[in-house]
Amino acid sequence: MKHIITQASALAVVCAFLHTGSAIAQDPNAGRNLAANCFTCHGTGGNSVGGVPPSLAGRGSAELFQTMKDFQTGKRPATIMHQQAKGYTDEQLQAISAYLSQLKPAAPRVPSKASY
Amino acid sequence: MALSRREFLKYLSASAGASALAGCESTGSRGSALQDAPAGAARVVVVGGGFGGGTAAKYIKMWAPDIDVVLVERNAQFISCPVSNLVLGGNTTMQEITMGYEGLSARGVRMVRDDAVAIDPDKRQVRLARGAPLPYDRVIVAPGVDFIYDQIPGWRTADAQARILHAWKAGEQTVALRRQLEAMPDGGVYVLQIPTAPYRCPPGPYERVCQVADYFKRSKPRSKILVLDDNPDIVSKKSLFIAAWDGMYKGMIEYRPNSELADVDVRGMTVKLQFDDVKGDVINIIPPHRAGDIAQKTGLITANQRWCGVDWLTAESVAVKGVHVVGDSTLSASAMPKSASMANQHGKICAAGVIALIKGEPVNQNPVIMNTCYSFVSGNSGMHVTSIHAYDAKEKTLLPVKGSGGVSDKASEVEGAYAWGWARNIWADSLA
Repeated sequence: MKHIITQASALAVVCAFLHTGSAIAQDPNAGRNLAANCFTCHGTGGNSVGGVPPSLAGRGSAELFQTMKDFQTGKRPATIMHQQAKGYTDEQLQAISAYLSQLKPAAPRVPSKASY
Repeated sequence: MALSRREFLKYLSASAGASALAGCESTGSRGSALQDAPAGAARVVVVGGGFGGGTAAKYIKMWAPDIDVVLVERNAQFISCPVSNLVLGGNTTMQEITMGYEGLSARGVRMVRDDAVAIDPDKRQVRLARGAPLPYDRVIVAPGVDFIYDQIPGWRTADAQARILHAWKAGEQTVALRRQLEAMPDGGVYVLQIPTAPYRCPPGPYERVCQVADYFKRSKPRSKILVLDDNPDIVSKKSLFIAAWDGMYKGMIEYRPNSELADVDVRGMTVKLQFDDVKGDVINIIPPHRAGDIAQKTGLITANQRWCGVDWLTAESVAVKGVHVVGDSTLSASAMPKSASMANQHGKICAAGVIALIKGEPVNQNPVIMNTCYSFVSGNSGMHVTSIHAYDAKEKTLLPVKGSGGVSDKASEVEGAYAWGWARNIWADSLA
């Protein structure tokens, strides 16, 4: 039941933004550009090397959005994510979540080995 | 009239000679970079394959595969500054922080191992030490920092610089400083001098103190560490570093703020401050920095004779059109550290901007970037600092987002594991 409510509220947020005509809504690359911030720690395309921090590719948009909201409010404990989630507006988090949900989980690429 | 390579090719394609000349280029002896250049494609040349340049090159290729991306890098391998302090502490190896560039080649970035010696913005060419000049439509300059030695008379010679190390670019100096620490007798003094901010990696010097202390505690427990900081206070993660120094390393570390370096006496192994002389068994000085040499030669430095001002919408230089600058060489926006994480994220702003400018599409007017830096206080305990920076249209720069960011509550093994995860992911995100 809780899950359904979460999805419904996330959907409501999406619908709200569809009507705003804001800069983010008008920029086809907004999700791509914002989600790239996550990849520094969570791996290119949301596929993490070594498991921590976790992979994000292909997770549900509503789940990702709600997780970030829970980090913002402190409902979900964190070492760092609560500080980072507060740096983004709901509209930005929505764009990030929607973009990440469309990415395919895959084995991460890693730099080639070199000997010192 | 100066034509870019693309304009030149467009011009040529209207004439009968086009295919013959293009054939010349692809089969000639002008170097491997040009051999499989897609005819007519716009070209971006990236100078420097660190966190900023590597990321910019990769993300342009990922987001716009039709753009020809050439990355000029003088070294055969990448050695990571982040985590390199752990080598000094004996908590990791050089092997662990050394990697190749094949991951970028696999993405379609064409690697050229050479030295970029000059950039000609009128001809739109990057001149190389060995290969033929590389024409570009846009160039991204990511040289990192170079050091300013001339203010320290006793440290000007190569001999002096080989005896008193900086180890602030990971590589040979990291190994050499580790050897000096290993050779130091128990009961000796390690002296670290820190320059005035801004310098590369604000928490780095204090992490280094922790790593050397970790090594001494294990192997040379009677030894001491003297920190001579030119700054009035610890620059980053202060309370967390103090907790480590007063806790697990109690009695080993003396911290002296406002310690302005006047000179060094290499033979006498003495650091000369404005009002005091300090002897050490191992002396490690982090020299003041400025933007890398190629940025200086290209006239990109606009602030304090040190840093390159950029338009943060695209990372384009405010001084020279068509030239973008990312990473430590940039004049940092408010509260923005010079870090690997920032360089990686500059690379992404720059990639999106360069693609938009080349394709004549609208430039993102609302960039947001994020900094995440981990430090190790021991072999396995870590802590972070993070900040988010959003573009402010009125101020025309990136500003920290109010109410966001922060540091760890305390250093922990959980965050030590995250620190390694961060390192492996940023290496992959910038190089593969």
